[in-house]
Amino acid sequence: MRIGIDVGGTNTDAVLMDANTVAAAVKRSTSADVTTGIVEALAALQEQRAFSVDDIDAVMIGTTHFINALVEARRLAPTAAVRLGLPATASLPPFVDWPEPLVAAMQGRAYLAHGGHEFDGREISPLDPDELKRHAADIAASGSRSVAISSVFSPINSELELQAQEILQAELGPDVAFSLSHEIGRIGLLERENATIINAALRELATSIVDGLASSVAASGLTAPLFLSQNDGTLMDMEYARRYPVATFASGPTNSMRGAAVLSGLDTCAVVDVGGTTTDVGVLNQGFPREATGEVLVAGVRTNFRMPDVLSIGIGGGSLVRENGALVGPDSVGYRLNTEALVFGGSTLTATDVAVAAGWAEIGDTGRVGHLSQEAADRALDVIATRVADVVERMRTSAAPLPVVAVGGGSVLLPEELPGLGRLHRPENFAVANAIGAAIAQVSGEIDKVYAISEGSRATVIDEARQEAVDRAIAAGAHPGSVEIVDFDEVPIPYLPGNATRIRAKAVGDLALTAVAR
Amino acid sequence: MSWQLGPEDLPALALGATLLGTGGGGDPHIGRLLVEQAMREHGPVTILDPDDLDDDLLIIPTAQMGAPTVVLERIPAGPEPLAALRRLEDHRGRRAAATMPIECGGINSMIPLLVGATGGLPVVDADGMGRAFPELQMETFSVYGVPGSPLAIADELGHTVLIDTGEDNRQLEWLARGVTIRLGGVAYIAEYAMTGRQVKDTAVPRTLSLALSVGRAILDARRDHRDPFAALADAFSRTIYTHIRELFHGKVVDVERRTTEGFARGRARIRSADGDGELEISFQNENLVAIRDEIQLAVVPDLICILEEETAEPITTERLRYGDRVRVIGVSTPALMRTPEALAVFGPRCFGLDREFVPVEDGPGGEIAGTADARMEEWEQTPVR
Repeated sequence: MRIGIDVGGTNTDAVLMDANTVAAAVKRSTSADVTTGIVEALAALQEQRAFSVDDIDAVMIGTTHFINALVEARRLAPTAAVRLGLPATASLPPFVDWPEPLVAAMQGRAYLAHGGHEFDGREISPLDPDELKRHAADIAASGSRSVAISSVFSPINSELELQAQEILQAELGPDVAFSLSHEIGRIGLLERENATIINAALRELATSIVDGLASSVAASGLTAPLFLSQNDGTLMDMEYARRYPVATFASGPTNSMRGAAVLSGLDTCAVVDVGGTTTDVGVLNQGFPREATGEVLVAGVRTNFRMPDVLSIGIGGGSLVRENGALVGPDSVGYRLNTEALVFGGSTLTATDVAVAAGWAEIGDTGRVGHLSQEAADRALDVIATRVADVVERMRTSAAPLPVVAVGGGSVLLPEELPGLGRLHRPENFAVANAIGAAIAQVSGEIDKVYAISEGSRATVIDEARQEAVDRAIAAGAHPGSVEIVDFDEVPIPYLPGNATRIRAKAVGDLALTAVAR
Repeated sequence: MSWQLGPEDLPALALGATLLGTGGGGDPHIGRLLVEQAMREHGPVTILDPDDLDDDLLIIPTAQMGAPTVVLERIPAGPEPLAALRRLEDHRGRRAAATMPIECGGINSMIPLLVGATGGLPVVDADGMGRAFPELQMETFSVYGVPGSPLAIADELGHTVLIDTGEDNRQLEWLARGVTIRLGGVAYIAEYAMTGRQVKDTAVPRTLSLALSVGRAILDARRDHRDPFAALADAFSRTIYTHIRELFHGKVVDVERRTTEGFARGRARIRSADGDGELEISFQNENLVAIRDEIQLAVVPDLICILEEETAEPITTERLRYGDRVRVIGVSTPALMRTPEALAVFGPRCFGLDREFVPVEDGPGGEIAGTADARMEEWEQTPVR
C-alpha cells in the first residue's frame, strides 16, 4: 500500500491507497511547522484504517511550499547567477526584466563569463578559468550561498556548465550549492536561466523542508521510501528534491487532475474542477496533464516550466446570478458563500442557490429559494453548462471523443450531460484528489534537443532521442520493462541547414520500489 | 514631423509587429527587451517621417537575419547591428543620417530601434516589406531599383563580412544566408543603403506607426472592454492598409508542418463553429493564402492574420494548434506592394503557388465595421509613388 500526502497552505490531506482504491482518507489543518500537521494526518489515517508500517511500500508528498516561498519572497538564499556566453548575450544580463523586490529578496548578483555553444555544437568562446576565479572571489565576498549556472545552448551540450561548476566549487568550497540550467529547463536561455536562479534561491529552504518532511514521516514510525511530486505528476526522491525544489512548482494542479483521473478510472480525459469562484479545466493524456506551450509567469518572472495547461473561467458555486438567470459570474461572493448565498440566509443570488432551486442539490435552507422561477433557474444552469462545455471543447486536442470528469465542491452546478460532450463522470472522494494524485508511483525522463537530421537519418535520430528519454527514466528509478514514451514532439527550425529539428521526448515508467528502497 | 518613441511604447509595438508578421517574422519579445534596456541607458529614439527627409540624406536600414529560434538561446551581445551599420558606413566613406527597418513585421521592427538607441541615430518610420517576408530580395526597395548591395553582416564576436553582388539581390540573399549560418545561425545586417529621395520613392511609409497603432488599438480595446476587432478596423482605416475583412471565424482542426529548404512549410485547417465550411491556410513561415471551399479569399502579399477570437492576440504558425478558436482577418496592402513589378518579387508565384494575386477587397465577404467617428477622421493619404 502507498500513502499520499498533500501539504497545502490550509489543509494537509492524507490517503491510504491500496492499488487504485482509497482505503482511508483524512483532512487536517496544515501546521505552521508542517511536521505536526503531517504527524496528525498520519495518526488519523491509522485510526481510520489500521495498517502495519511494513505494509507501506512508499510515501508520496505533494507540497506548495516552494512556490509559496517564492511568491511571498521569503526564506530565499543569497544567490549569484553566472552565465557562460560572452561576448554574446551581454545585452540582456541575468535578472533582466525581474521584479526588483524579488531580486533584492535573494540579493541577486549577475555575472557574465566566456563560454557557451552555437546551435551546431561549436563553442562561442572557450571557458576562461581565471575569469571564473575572479567571479568566485566576488561571489564569496558578497556572501552568496547558492549559485545558478547557465550556458548558451546547454540543453544541446552541458559540458561547459559542468566545467564551470568544478572551477567555481573549488574556489567557493563545498557549502555553496550549485544549480545547472541544463538539468532544469529547456531551450530559451532567459526562461531556463530564470528557472535555474529560482531553484538556486530555494536550495536552503529545500534542505530544511525535506528534512522536516522526512523526520515527520519517520516520527510516525514509517520506514518506507519517501518521494515528492513533480510538476508533471511523476515522482522524485528526497535527494533529488533537495537539489531541484523548482520541480515541485506545479504539483498542486497536476495532482488534483491526476487524482480525479485515478478516482474515475480514466487516464485520458478532461478534468473540470468547479470551485467557488472559477472553473478550471485541464486535459490528461495517458494519465499526464497536457503542458502549456508558452512561457509561464511565476511571481512576475518569465520561465518555461512544464506547467499543466489549464483554462479558467469565472464560474463557480459563489458566482453571482443576474438578469433573470441570463448572466452568471464572473464576480463571486467567494469564501463568503456560507453567509451571503440565499440558502445560507444571505441576500445574494448565487449559482449554488440556482442549483438548489432546480433540485440538483440539497444545500442549506432549500426553502429560501422557493420563490425563484423555474425558468430563471433553468436559464442560469443552461448558461453554466454551455460555457463550461465550451471551455472543455477548446481544450480538446483532437476530434476524438474525450470523457469529462467533474470534481470540486461546485460540480453540483453541472448537469448529467454537457452539451455535445456526453455524460459527466463524477467520482467519489474528490475532496482529497490532490493526495490521491500524489500517491501514484511513476517516474519520468525527458530530453529536449536540437538535432541535425540528414537525408535518410530521421528514423535513427528519433530512435536515439526516444532511447535517451527512456534511459533517463530508468536512471530516475523506473522499472526498465515498464517504461514507455508518453510524449513526443518534433518541430523543424526554420532558416537552419541540415533540417535542424527540435525534438522533445518524455518517457514514463513504474517506480521500481525494490531498487530504491533503503 | 518627428516624434519620440520610448520604452512605454514597446509592448504595443511588439504586439502590432507580431500581427503584421502574419504568423512569422520571429517573436519580438527578445527584441523588445533589447530595446527596453538600451532605452533605459540611452533614452528614447527619434522617429522621422519619410516625407520630411532631405533628398540627399544617407539612410542605412538594419536588421536581424537568420533563425528566430537561435536568438532564444544566443542573445546578441548588443553592438552587432550597429557594428554592421558602421562597417557599411566605413565602406561607403559616409555616415548615415538615420537607420530604418527593412521589415516591420516581427523582431525586425525592433532592431533599428536598438541601433537608434545605442548609436544615437534617428529611425525612419517606413520599411521595405510592409509586413514580414522570408528573404532579403523581397523588398519594395529592391522592386523599385535600390540594390541591397553592398551588405555588411556582423556577429557577436566582432567579425564583419561585406558582400557585394551588384544589382543581383537574389544572389545577395543566397550568400548572406550562407554567411549567417557560419556565424551561428543568426547575424545582423546593414543593407539597402539609400538616399532620402529613394526612401520616399520606394519604401512603405509609416509602418512603425502602423505597428504601434495596431498594437495600441488591441491593448486599449482590451483594457476598456471594447471589441478589439472594431478597434483594429479603426486603426487600419487611418492608414494606407485601407481594407480589413473577416475571412473566417472558427476552430483550428488540423495543423501540419514540415521543413523543406530551411523553411517551415505547412497548412492549417479551420472549421466554422456551425460546421458550415472550412478555411485552409497555407504558410511558409508567414501565412500565404486563405482558401474557403476552393475559393481564394486572400493571398500574399495581402496580410492574412490568425487572431484569437476574443482577445485578438495574433497566433504565430509555430504556436498554432488544434482547438484554437480564431478569427482570420485579411488586410489589404498598399498599392506599391501590388504592382506587377512587386508581385514579380513577392507575389504568389514567388512562393511556389500557382495562383493569381486578387486584392482581398475584391474577394467575397464584407469589411469589419469600425466605429463611426473613426471613419469621419479618415486620413488623406499622400500618394506614395
